[in-house]
Amino acid sequence: MNVVILTPVDLALAASLVVLVALLSYFMRLHLERQIMIAAARTTVQLLLVGLVLKALFSYVHLGWIVLVACIMLLAAGREVMGRQKRRFAGIWGFGLGAFSMFISSFSITILTLTVLIGPDPWYEPQYAVPLLGMLLGNTMNGIAIGLDRLTSSAWEQRTIIEGRLMMGAAWSQAIETLRRESIRGGLIPILNSMAAAGLVSLPGMMTGQILGGNPPMEAVKYQILIMFLIAGGTGLGTVAAVWLGARRLFDERQRLRLDRLKSH
Amino acid sequence: MSHGLKLEAFGCRSVQEVNLLVAPGQVVGLTGPSGSGKSLFLRALADLDPHEGRMTLDGVAAETVPAHQWRRQVGLLPAESAWWFDIVGPHCDSWPLDALQYLGFSADVLGWPVSRLSSGERQRLSLLRLLARSPRILLLDEPTANLDPRNTDRVEQLLQRFKTKYQPGIVWVGHDMAQLKRCCDPIYVLRERRFLPWDARYQELLDPIGQVNA
Repeated sequence: MNVVILTPVDLALAASLVVLVALLSYFMRLHLERQIMIAAARTTVQLLLVGLVLKALFSYVHLGWIVLVACIMLLAAGREVMGRQKRRFAGIWGFGLGAFSMFISSFSITILTLTVLIGPDPWYEPQYAVPLLGMLLGNTMNGIAIGLDRLTSSAWEQRTIIEGRLMMGAAWSQAIETLRRESIRGGLIPILNSMAAAGLVSLPGMMTGQILGGNPPMEAVKYQILIMFLIAGGTGLGTVAAVWLGARRLFDERQRLRLDRLKSH
Repeated sequence: MSHGLKLEAFGCRSVQEVNLLVAPGQVVGLTGPSGSGKSLFLRALADLDPHEGRMTLDGVAAETVPAHQWRRQVGLLPAESAWWFDIVGPHCDSWPLDALQYLGFSADVLGWPVSRLSSGERQRLSLLRLLARSPRILLLDEPTANLDPRNTDRVEQLLQRFKTKYQPGIVWVGHDMAQLKRCCDPIYVLRERRFLPWDARYQELLDPIGQVNA
């Protein structure tokens, strides 16, 4: 089975669809045409750059380069989590909380998968390591961003209830318990939904890509199942870690609710 | 060692350099214009806000006790009570049934949805759930603000009985001078971050119906 190579003309034709939507936006006064064009341009430039980086990385396999790329991916994901918070923690915590939770979940699962499950040689073979880490980071990022956003905004809205429970002699963990549980649930629902709908409603992107790329469907399916489980594990661990740490950070050593540690932007 | 709640050179967001002893069985009244920071002072006593200086209960410094245990001993009744379960019952482990009846509730109030309660009912029930834990110190922030004269009277009687039985120290924040004179001794006025003993010179603060100017 041969892969049909895409030409620039093919991509340009596809891009005309985006232009069509931008025109629609202009005539319907959706005020989105600027954003559409910028987003399309960003996709093109960013992916081309990544392509160049991956090409270089694949031809020059060295652990140091992989670590560097992994760190850049983590920093970008951390920024993204921070940007999605309506009320985020002030100072280093705003970035650090999300980045740390993604680090312990995504990195540990990626390394475990590479060394134990897939086992390429060397284990950091970039053809496996980079896409795996990318998919894990991208998905845990969603769970963590939703979980933290729920936690901080509901703590803000329900401050009288939290403090009411403290006044009745509850420990900080009791006072925030309900919010913590709801926030973790909120972070996990998307991955549960996509596991339940996989194959029936949506063909997951990675599998589609592999099939388009000429791989046998059953091989693509096995990889997709593996990825789904890894993502569920990573999102679960990452969201629980982020929400627990975030809930702890909402209280000080005297178990006072410290909403001044949040800032809205 | 002194019994009761003792403040030495105590400061928080709204007061400074306060020295005060609330002995067991004593009711200290506190009044002052709205916005003078009486509620913030009570929050600091319950260790919900940071404080300076020294705060001890029966000789034990606040910072040496885990915060949630301190708050079980020093119970704050806020002006606006918070409710977190759907119905009234689960908000307290052991509702004092005779006190419920005394304040005009039948036992089936425990099955009522919180959303159905009036502000006066919330206020009385939140007092009851606090008394049920029998804290050593009671911090009452305008405990009868939403009540009609009959219920105000009942709450005063109930607190009097509770005081006789358990000898708690009480800090009572209010605007109704007649009530404070009835229930409290001594009475302080919070002005410009200081505690001043109440005396007739502050009569100017009273409006014609005997309320401290809001």
